[in-house]
Amino acid sequence: MYRESTIVNESASLPYNGGDEGDMIINVGPQHPSTHGVLHLIITLNGETVKKVDPNLGYIHRSMEKMCESLTYRQFIYVTSRMDYLSAHINNHCCALCVEKGLQLEVPPRAQVIRVLMDELTRLASHHLWWGAFAMDVGALTPFFLAFREREMINDIMEETCGTRLTMNYMVPGGVMADLHPDFQKRVHEFIAHFKKKIDEYDELITDNIIFQNRTKGIGYISKEDAIAFGMTGPSARGSGVQCDIRKLYPYEVYDKLQFDEIIETGGDCFARYMVRMKEMKQSISIIEQLIDNIPEGDFQAKTKAVLKLPKGEFYSRVETARGELGVYIISEGATTPYRIKFRSPGYCNLSALDHMAKGQKIGDLVAIMGALDLVIPDIDR
Amino acid sequence: MTRDELKIKISELLPSAVFEEGGEWLNVQIDPAVWLPFAEQLRSSPDLSFDYLFCVTGVDWKTHLSMVYHLSSTNYRHTLVVKAKLDLNQPEIESVSHIWRTAEFNEREAYEMFGIKFLHHPDLRLLILPEGWEGKNPMRKDFEDPVNMIKL
Repeated sequence: MYRESTIVNESASLPYNGGDEGDMIINVGPQHPSTHGVLHLIITLNGETVKKVDPNLGYIHRSMEKMCESLTYRQFIYVTSRMDYLSAHINNHCCALCVEKGLQLEVPPRAQVIRVLMDELTRLASHHLWWGAFAMDVGALTPFFLAFREREMINDIMEETCGTRLTMNYMVPGGVMADLHPDFQKRVHEFIAHFKKKIDEYDELITDNIIFQNRTKGIGYISKEDAIAFGMTGPSARGSGVQCDIRKLYPYEVYDKLQFDEIIETGGDCFARYMVRMKEMKQSISIIEQLIDNIPEGDFQAKTKAVLKLPKGEFYSRVETARGELGVYIISEGATTPYRIKFRSPGYCNLSALDHMAKGQKIGDLVAIMGALDLVIPDIDR
Repeated sequence: MTRDELKIKISELLPSAVFEEGGEWLNVQIDPAVWLPFAEQLRSSPDLSFDYLFCVTGVDWKTHLSMVYHLSSTNYRHTLVVKAKLDLNQPEIESVSHIWRTAEFNEREAYEMFGIKFLHHPDLRLLILPEGWEGKNPMRKDFEDPVNMIKL
């Protein structure tokens, strides 16, 4: 059986409009290394020029929103770790914030600081892995292996405290699930000292590389107005000059007491988005340094009832994940489970701008454009 | 604009608007028939300039459906939630994808998950569900799937 040929025929029969005679329609994915997951793009080409990119989603859709309707307010948080698996902590954080908003629950200062520390470590790991994957997308293989070295160190720190490496499930309504591991501060200090040396080295290795710059500068341009209209957020939008960092605009936990900059570049191309993430890593390091020796003593979890019931109403919380603005919208009817829950995922909106960015570009550059968007498919297919 | 100023301005623009109490942001209930001209005013009015549509979703209330639009302005940072009540058997509302480009994708999701028809949408077809999907819309409350477990 030639499985491949069947798949091609199926995809080619998808309704499609906008193609002219002489155009070539090709499928990228759903199993293609450069799509970083099971993303399927139907691309219309004229020669080597991209005319249209049509994403076809749903290969790993798990219907999380529907699933969450039958889970309690404690249970549903764990499902969301599987959404954007590279920012699992931050997803959990957003859900916990939304439930706390409904319960009007005050989170103890120690838990707030632990949450922010974990978020920033996650952001570091995510951006750093992205750095390796993006460099690989445009042809540099070594960074991919280098990126995993530091990411493993962060995963080890997470494992000690949370018990797992990827889907941490550490945030609970009212605080965090367990106290920090006794070695946590020591390990983070060691890691930061190591990472600070390495990040300059990595900067030198890739940022100033002329081949890398040729592959990313002027590629995948999107203007500030278009980025807002497409609902783009996160580093991808900040590369176009959009001020959209939720940590600055709508501070949660202790972010308003911290010293850090919102990184904004105005290039609007892949290189600008790359620079935003590189600079953001340095900001994350600075945030961790400000907090690591100042973790207040006290409870790591507020006292909550065994069964949580949100009052009738609507609650919306938003946080800044490594990919952009994540929103959790809960409609409660006063029961122990949400009536309706909506995850506004950053990747979904960022992906919608892909067609606009790639139009008129060469097919070889499409990989760079997709890479710079930092798409995580489970985040799009929720 | 503060919540109260926004409320005055909206009721000037659309006298038929009904405001909901409570909630973090100003909630306004509108008739789906007036959504398109109202959306255009929200976007283009210089002192409102709602240019950022950050959450589009449908809700199944069993007796009716509703569309919820979360709007925000990147200039003034004020936020508005617009809700439109739709008929359960024939849910239809005008598409706003030419005003906010992000609506194009989000409306496609609401179309397949809730079966809401967006009038004058440029490209209304399935995005997440497999091609040739037959049967009920998965996010409706009466949807049951005996084969693939979706209830835990």
